[in-house]
Amino acid sequence: MIVEAGAFALILALGLSIVQVALSVAGRLRRSAALAGAGEGAALAAFIAVATAFAALMHAFVVSDFSVANVAANSHTEKPLLYRVAGTWGSHEGSMLLWCLALTGFGAAAAGLGRTLPRGIRSMTVATQGVLGSVFLAYTVFASNPLLRVIAPPVEGRSLNPLLQDPALAVHPPFLYAGYVGMSVVFSLAVAALIEGRIDAAWSRWVRPWALAAWSLLTVGITLGAFWAYYELGWGGWWFWDPVENASFMPWLIATALLHSAVVTEKRGALAGWTVFLALAAFTFSMLGAFLVRSGVLTSVHAFAVDPTRGVLLLIILGVTSGLAFTLFAWRAPSLAQGGLFAPISRESALVLNNILLAAATMTVLLGTLYPLIREAMTGESISVGPPFFSLTFVPFMAALLVLVPAGPLLAWKRGDARGVVQRLWVAVLIAAGVALLTVALVSPRKALGAVGVGLGGWLVAGAVTEIVERTRAFRVPAAETWRRMTGLPRGAWGMTLAHLGLGVFVMGAVFETAWKVEAAEALQQGGALNIGAYHVTLDGVRPVAGPNYDADQATMTVTRDGRPICQVKPERRLYTAGGQTTSEVGICYRGASHIYLVLGERRDGGAATAWLVRAYWNPWASLIFLGPVIMALGGLVSLSDRRLRMGVGRRREQPA
Amino acid sequence: MSFLPKSRKARTRLLLFSVIAPVVVVAIGLALWGMRGSISLFYTPSQAAAAKPRPGQSIQLGGLVTTGSVVKHPDGLVEFNVQDRISADHVVFQGTLPDLFREGQGIVAEGTYRGDGVFVASRVLAKHDEKYMPKEVADALKKQGDWRGDGQAPASPGYGVGKGGPT
Repeated sequence: MIVEAGAFALILALGLSIVQVALSVAGRLRRSAALAGAGEGAALAAFIAVATAFAALMHAFVVSDFSVANVAANSHTEKPLLYRVAGTWGSHEGSMLLWCLALTGFGAAAAGLGRTLPRGIRSMTVATQGVLGSVFLAYTVFASNPLLRVIAPPVEGRSLNPLLQDPALAVHPPFLYAGYVGMSVVFSLAVAALIEGRIDAAWSRWVRPWALAAWSLLTVGITLGAFWAYYELGWGGWWFWDPVENASFMPWLIATALLHSAVVTEKRGALAGWTVFLALAAFTFSMLGAFLVRSGVLTSVHAFAVDPTRGVLLLIILGVTSGLAFTLFAWRAPSLAQGGLFAPISRESALVLNNILLAAATMTVLLGTLYPLIREAMTGESISVGPPFFSLTFVPFMAALLVLVPAGPLLAWKRGDARGVVQRLWVAVLIAAGVALLTVALVSPRKALGAVGVGLGGWLVAGAVTEIVERTRAFRVPAAETWRRMTGLPRGAWGMTLAHLGLGVFVMGAVFETAWKVEAAEALQQGGALNIGAYHVTLDGVRPVAGPNYDADQATMTVTRDGRPICQVKPERRLYTAGGQTTSEVGICYRGASHIYLVLGERRDGGAATAWLVRAYWNPWASLIFLGPVIMALGGLVSLSDRRLRMGVGRRREQPA
Repeated sequence: MSFLPKSRKARTRLLLFSVIAPVVVVAIGLALWGMRGSISLFYTPSQAAAAKPRPGQSIQLGGLVTTGSVVKHPDGLVEFNVQDRISADHVVFQGTLPDLFREGQGIVAEGTYRGDGVFVASRVLAKHDEKYMPKEVADALKKQGDWRGDGQAPASPGYGVGKGGPT
């Protein structure tokens, strides 16, 4: 009954989204506030309807209602509650519903919070959001309905892929989807602005919080995914340049570029066309990601199972929505007002350069991701593009960008003073050089490129601190004055500093881990040991343990250094009874920011005694890789709480609709 | 500097172009260079026999793991055969097999041929999904008419599809 109610609510949501479009467009054409208001009401109603459908599906998962096909295929009664809940979005159909939930949710939020926007832009934004909602809801209802029943319900479900039964992965999709789909609001705002032919500072001030929110969520989502890959796959790595990873990374890169260009449009009125272009591109890349992951056109370690029909449908959705939006852009963009002029050395120029480099980096990722498809279509040969390609193409652009990051915020708008910037940054230059030299001196084996990379991270961190020091005139005025200035700084400034600081922390961790990680693998008998870096790992023993829905071999390993015990970890090798799959639970021994990462592999009988394959990694500074993006996302949140962005909310209270 | 255009707008445009053009050129150059070094072609054993990749050239070898061919040595070395309909290749691999490596399953091995025709794998891939068939393997086998469907057949239409990882 609940499931039928959910299925009905889903269809109702589709209807409401279509009504939302019709009412909003009619409201715009007749300049009727009542009709436009009704359109906004429909947006809210559509969200409530999708939420109802989502709740119904979640309920079916929680109570293990195997008469629902999707539940039967992805759940199991023995599964812990958290993973039964997470199973709601663990499959193609369920995750599509989550996508729709986020889409209508952002639509409702945009409709509800948009009171300060000019009427026309507001109506057209709600209408565009309604179009996107209708298209994706139609796809969900007709091609990928998660609430379909089966005629003969099985007694037991087929369970969720055990690799996905993990706390980080349970919350990874909601963040990622909220980030992906958050770009839809920016997309809708851009379309609305193009239709209205108006881009002004008010519009970009409106774009920024949405882009910031989506960017922060996407940052958290990607980080959770990388963290999951790190500790669940047991490969010792955190980023594989896998097509699916790239699919989530490209919208992030574009959103980053958008955040920076929107600042220019807001503050100086320049780059309006480019900002609109990026706003359209961000959601286009989100949809491209959805297509790549779901169509099975690319081989990836974590793509959804292949279904060509759905792939074609998603490709049509992508082609039509983005195609129309970009056609509109080509038609209307020339009429957008050209903004203020600026000198070659200025904050604007720095941000333009940031955008050029980010765009180039995104293009290389896109090329590397799609090249196997192009090649296969043209020559019929299957190929794969490996990580070396991305290291060679993506990394140089990013490195160039990172060198420029600390200078940007210190440049003045309109006409900057290059010499002044250099004067203010020389301490940061010294710190960066010191970090690099220390790395060369202290870390063995000596790696020049690694040291330069770590120095680059230090440069970013020092640059971010310099920026705050400069703004508060610390060390030059009394501490009380510095404090006063510090509390007086807009939250946006703090947010930017935090984000740049987080980037620096990430770069240091990523470079250090990549350059100096050590790997060892050996077949160990009980009591056997292997050396990894300066550490000595002993396999004390392996014993069977039983989990809620799996049986496992649990190893006890002791890590020592120079004979002193450091820690004891218990990596596991789990056999999930429902699907017959084995997974590895790694054991990680934390030493400061560094990890000793231990994996229990297969059991090998034969030989003198039973042995286990044990893999060990020394991942120095690995914690920074995940800490950095968290700081970046935090920066996004701080910036989001800026008074200038909240002002709209305050004014809304004064004039209730 | 009289050769610069007079209008401010045109000058900005020229400057922008002079920044973007090198970036684009460098991007294209790096991409082409990167493509030469880091793409690896996919072959099944019989395709490899026809194409004859030279020993030491990094390729991907895909196919089904021959049932009964897997030998796991106590020191961690694994030997198995990868086959398609026409021929089979002997593969040696030192390392940890993916959790879903089974006999009869489709896998992709990355590595190089040795002079004696034995394939030395540096990495073996199988996917998270128990129904997994790497796409290249599936396509290649379909072309040879050796396609046996998706492992376990779904119990009803629209049932059990879409299982796998969320992004």
